[in-house]
Amino acid sequence: MACESEGRLLHGYFDGELDLVRTIEFEEHLKACPDCARELSEQQAMRQSLRSSNLYERAPESLRARILADLPVGKVQPKPIPMGRRYVLELLAAAIVIAVIVGARVMPNIAGRQQANLLAQEVVASHIRSLQPGHLFDVQSTDQHTVKPWFDGKLDFAPPVTDFASQGFPLVGGRLDYLDNRDVAALVYQRQKHLISVFIWPAESRPAKLPETQTIQGYNLVFWWRDGMYFCAASDLNVPELRQLAQLLGQ
Amino acid sequence: MGQNGTFEQVVLPHLDAAYNLARWLVRNTHDAEDIVQEAYLRAFKFFGSFQGGDSRAWVLKIVRNTSYSFLEKNRLVDLAEEFDETIHTAIAELPGAEAALLQSADSRMLRDALEELPVTFREVVVLRELEGMSYKEIAEVMDVPIGTVMSGLARGRSQLRERLLRAREREVQRGLRK
Repeated sequence: MACESEGRLLHGYFDGELDLVRTIEFEEHLKACPDCARELSEQQAMRQSLRSSNLYERAPESLRARILADLPVGKVQPKPIPMGRRYVLELLAAAIVIAVIVGARVMPNIAGRQQANLLAQEVVASHIRSLQPGHLFDVQSTDQHTVKPWFDGKLDFAPPVTDFASQGFPLVGGRLDYLDNRDVAALVYQRQKHLISVFIWPAESRPAKLPETQTIQGYNLVFWWRDGMYFCAASDLNVPELRQLAQLLGQ
Repeated sequence: MGQNGTFEQVVLPHLDAAYNLARWLVRNTHDAEDIVQEAYLRAFKFFGSFQGGDSRAWVLKIVRNTSYSFLEKNRLVDLAEEFDETIHTAIAELPGAEAALLQSADSRMLRDALEELPVTFREVVVLRELEGMSYKEIAEVMDVPIGTVMSGLARGRSQLRERLLRAREREVQRGLRK
């Protein structure tokens, strides 16, 4: 059993549902509490069993057919409402005006969101490509004083490069990458056996439409903006730990 | 027509999720099929009032309500069952041993243990672990605050864990007698 004091947060932590502050607090607690650590490993074991046991019940095909036959889907047309032709024309004109106003407000929003999604897809693709043999580094070094100067003259900005080995995120190298139609810096960090790509490029203002975290094809992404640079960390590492690195990098 | 597409586009893709939830709530395939069919008719009727947003949660909420009506009508809702979650099984006092046991639980044992859970705990575990929903989505389906989802999961998982450990223990004892 988890302990009394913090045990109630254990499930929120296990499900990645705690906010950043509580996540960090719980991780501090976890280091000192063997009961919670044990409970967490048991919950992990049980989740693995649950997910590998084919317990999900899919709908039989016959049910799908029954429902389709049952529903008036595609069979019933809405009854036309009788009204004068002039009235219809006025209504149509009003509808067009409304559509234009709504469209003007909604479109940039949609466009922004699609752009954000595209970028997230690009980030994941870059990260996956980097994991293929020979693509991870252009410069392989755990020394920030080797990695940072390596970027000089290759980019039109100087990315911040810091090693966080003592906090459990050793720097292992860096490479040039291409995202969002420009050259970007990619730093590679390691957390136990997980590799993390941190992409960095200049952005004058905080982009409004980007989500803080996203999950695509099993990879977690954390985005943030700081001092005129845009950051995105991508990894198969869980979100709370990825956020920890983001914090170290100044999220 | 709803806000963001037709009934076919918005509601039909969640048929597996609907069936999975109904099947775990009523615990048999025949009733689950009837319930999903009824829920889909209701969803079709109310589709005009769907405001857009999370369509899976919207559909599952209807399936859940239909399932509960069925359980209540047939007096199948388990009375709040007393279950002592703190009893420790005699097995496995060694650190890590329980985790190993839980990991080795087979499908049939898991299915039985999950089916035995009181319906509210079963529901929250199914939505989280099988359907992979967030607390916010689960709260929407069950119409409860997010805190209730977290405490429900804590108790549901704790009961599931104890049931699994007991089942393993019985199995080991039977094995020893042979």
